[in-house]
Amino acid sequence: MKGRTKSQKPDLTKVDKIVSKYKGEEGVLISVLQEVQAEVGWIPLQAIQRIADALEVSLGQVYGVLTFYAQFYLTPRGRNTIRVCRGTACYVRGTKANLRAVERILGIKEGETTSDFKFSLETVACLGTCFLAPVMMINRNYYGKLTPGKVGTILKQYS
Amino acid sequence: MDAIRLTIDGQEVGARQGMTVLEAAQSAGIYIPTLCADPDLEPYGACRLCVVEIEKMRGLPTSCTTPATDGMVVYTNTPAVNEVRRTTIGLLLSDHPSECLICDRKERCQPFDICLRNVVVTERCVTCPKNGHCELQEVVDYLGITEIPFRRTTKSLPVDDSNPFFYRDLNKCILCGKCVRVCDEVLGVGAVALTYRGYASLVATFGDKPILDSNCVSCGECVAHCPVAALMPKKAELPTEEVATTCVYCGVGCGIYLGTRDGQIVSVRGRRDGTVNNGLLCVKGRYGFDFVHHRDRLKTPLIKKKGKFVKASWGEALDFVASKLKGYKSDEVAVISSAKCTNEDNYIAQKFARAVLGTNNVDHCARLCHASTVAGLGATFGAGAMTNSINELRDAGCILAIGTNTTEAHPIIALEMKRAVDKGAKLIVANPREIDLVRWSYLWLRHQPGSDVALLMGMMKVIVDEGLIDQAFIDERCENFDAFKKSLKGFDLDFVERTTGVPKDKIAEAARIYATEKPSALLYAMGITQHSHGTDNVIATANLAMLTGNIGKPATGVNPLRGQNNVQGACDLGALPNVYPGYQAVADANIRKKFEAAWGCSLPSSSGLTITEMIDAAGNKKIKAIYLIGENPLLSEPDITHAREALEKLEFLVVQDIFLSETAKLADVVLPGASFAEKDGTYTNTERRVQRVRKAIEPIGDCRPDWWITCEIGKGMGGKGFDFDRPSKIMDEIASLTPSYGGISYRRLEGSGLQWPCPTKDHPGTPILHTQQFTRGKGRFIPLEYKPPMELPDKQYPLVLTTGRSLYHFHTGTLTRRVEGLNVLKGEGTVEIDPEDASSLGIADGEKVKVISRRGEVVARAKVTEVSPPGVVFMTFHFAESPANMLTNPALDPVAKIPEYKVCAVRIERV
Repeated sequence: MKGRTKSQKPDLTKVDKIVSKYKGEEGVLISVLQEVQAEVGWIPLQAIQRIADALEVSLGQVYGVLTFYAQFYLTPRGRNTIRVCRGTACYVRGTKANLRAVERILGIKEGETTSDFKFSLETVACLGTCFLAPVMMINRNYYGKLTPGKVGTILKQYS
Repeated sequence: MDAIRLTIDGQEVGARQGMTVLEAAQSAGIYIPTLCADPDLEPYGACRLCVVEIEKMRGLPTSCTTPATDGMVVYTNTPAVNEVRRTTIGLLLSDHPSECLICDRKERCQPFDICLRNVVVTERCVTCPKNGHCELQEVVDYLGITEIPFRRTTKSLPVDDSNPFFYRDLNKCILCGKCVRVCDEVLGVGAVALTYRGYASLVATFGDKPILDSNCVSCGECVAHCPVAALMPKKAELPTEEVATTCVYCGVGCGIYLGTRDGQIVSVRGRRDGTVNNGLLCVKGRYGFDFVHHRDRLKTPLIKKKGKFVKASWGEALDFVASKLKGYKSDEVAVISSAKCTNEDNYIAQKFARAVLGTNNVDHCARLCHASTVAGLGATFGAGAMTNSINELRDAGCILAIGTNTTEAHPIIALEMKRAVDKGAKLIVANPREIDLVRWSYLWLRHQPGSDVALLMGMMKVIVDEGLIDQAFIDERCENFDAFKKSLKGFDLDFVERTTGVPKDKIAEAARIYATEKPSALLYAMGITQHSHGTDNVIATANLAMLTGNIGKPATGVNPLRGQNNVQGACDLGALPNVYPGYQAVADANIRKKFEAAWGCSLPSSSGLTITEMIDAAGNKKIKAIYLIGENPLLSEPDITHAREALEKLEFLVVQDIFLSETAKLADVVLPGASFAEKDGTYTNTERRVQRVRKAIEPIGDCRPDWWITCEIGKGMGGKGFDFDRPSKIMDEIASLTPSYGGISYRRLEGSGLQWPCPTKDHPGTPILHTQQFTRGKGRFIPLEYKPPMELPDKQYPLVLTTGRSLYHFHTGTLTRRVEGLNVLKGEGTVEIDPEDASSLGIADGEKVKVISRRGEVVARAKVTEVSPPGVVFMTFHFAESPANMLTNPALDPVAKIPEYKVCAVRIERV
């Protein structure tokens, strides 16, 4: 495992703190991973080693769980997560253009994070608010009846 | 073992309680298709192919997870079952190369280059290395599948060829999970896991890295278990013949099949039945046999003329050796025998020394590894060998592993320990280094190198003080307890804590676990024996076992893990200066008379020199000639510089080996021995099991078996009783003179071998020693005091150097350094150093450093790791480029004459 930048070092003390609560327990792997991700924002590879050691499971097992669930991130996340809906309703009402607008403005593709770690961009299957289609969500806020023109102003609010 | 009767496909079948329906069917010879079930693994139920219909059960249960019960009625081959199987296999084949698998012409298949179907090569079975013994093919044939009803996809993933011994081609993977499960369940390594989801599912290492960069130990169990060609050995040639024999590396003595084709060894696989390894092997045992056909093999005798080796005929070489050796008095010659050679070779070597050369100057490398075991356990129990058997370990309640890095040095025994831990045993590891076993341990005692007596005596004090002793056992079976009890007074826990560096409550907890979680087995290796007080260390382990009654019962005992494949046998067969075969003392006039009568000559009555004394005697010219078989003292002796100077002073040195080792280069005559694959014989493993070694190929070049060579020299010097035409006859002579081998003959060794003592022809062998009484009668408690190591760190040499082994190499590397793949996995010696020490010395990981002791210096690459505690550095001794034994201290244990390899003072400098 290669060392990452200095700014990520404090993360590991947070990881140790979480891990120490669960040391030696069985069947807690997913909870630990969720807590680490909530605290750190993503799961650094170095953290996986500590988690595996503390829970006495192999690195491979942790990796298997991490890659199985879409909720876990193995790369650093932006401070704000953008979720563009690609569900049927949003699709027919032109969500594709919205997605392209976000991609153009931020200079990243779906699944990527901006180099200043301000935004991560994902697409989701449905946000459950089809009456607002096409929809995008940033963190916990919904933006309905979206047009490519509105995207820029919305993103500015998070800058 | 309750018998169950069930009906499968109308056939009445018997089964044992606990068997699954699948196992019951298989034992009756009924085929049920399956791809994920394996006798080594827990039932998994993933492939869904072994579904069956069972009367009075709903749905189609998987037979691999359904326990067989009495009166069950099972149908394995009904339309409903096969319909489900076809769908399952169709899904499986939708992303597996399958053109040949479902080809309707496969019965009439022509050579593939004229195949009438226009199919790419990667989609064909006929170009697949597993063709013909693929489990997927078998299932497809059984189900008669000719078409796949789903959309086909191709994975086209790159093949991972990073491991030197096997390929990982995940395009052929069927996700049965066997590799993942064997790596986790059996090995406890967990190098691979099932990752991602759905179509993207993949067996991957952590971080999707090549397997070489993972924590894989290259044992190849995943390859052996893979049902398809996803994991294939790089050398996949099929053998035309297989010979059941015994692995040549460590003392575990795993059973193997050597596969040969055109007189070459092409494959190795583990033997399952009646062996200690149950089919499992480590990386050396599975892949470490390239040395047999290595271009460096000696092929003819060599005689040194004017400083250069000249090829000679056997007649010339043997005459020369015989005539030269004749010219020395009996106290001027010595024989160094070999723990790598067979029992028969060793018996002949010591017979030659005693009967022909007239000297008891015969010894071998056990002096350097377990002489203190022979001395210490001899004094306390009366027999210096592992008291119990390897496969009992799984039933232990507590395992105390002290001074043994089992996963590296005895990998298959480590698997047995892991199995015990899985079953609930508490493992206590006492080791200064954070070895791999620590992962499995309930308690880890990180004591200072050389403080074992203090640690064990501290534990015993707790056991006595808290009344946890087995008083009845001590009263009935042991003696001298009161004197021993008095000697415990010197070990109050404050003193023990200061000396060992282990907190006293940890010591007390370890003591309580060992004394109460019975049965408790104690395992040790060279961390105990290789000290200037090695015999004391061994006695301490014996005292502990007797104190708690953990001896003479199943899954208990004091279990020294012997290093070499046949070090137990070499000791048993009298390649020692003070005893004849079977540990019969040369000083005993009656015994001597017995051997004189049998061998038809007079024998010397005084003990001979030990190997370390021989080297010294060579140095001051008391010993003038040495006949050395299969040893390499120029890497294995402590303080090599001294050993080299001494050997150079010899007038005549004969070295018999399969390679021109560092020592052989000094010889006047080199005789080419046959390797283990080229001769018949027996090895005795660490649990005293005498096992057959069988000839698989003809000797390379003009090599000859060691027993034959020694016999010829013996005859050339006028010796009588060397007219053997095959080793089984040598074993018959051994049996007639050695009470503990009295009932052993080649005929009886077919199958799983015999554990000595086996005194008579109808004796079944002895898995556990000292069950009724100790070999010496009463078990003797021996009082002990703490003695520090001979050389402690000081200002000039502030660090402690301790030496050990690596999984990937063996001993002085004569064999493993010639196996290319093992050198890919570990190609050079390293100095392990704690991060604290490294930063204070300004040393970075991977940097070359100089390690200096009072006796010499070596250069090696630093490995900065927390495995070694602060103040302690660690090196292996396998590498001639960085020979750790240039540094080690030749200080000897006064009783066993074993050198202190495990502790010496060094300093480290940047290069």
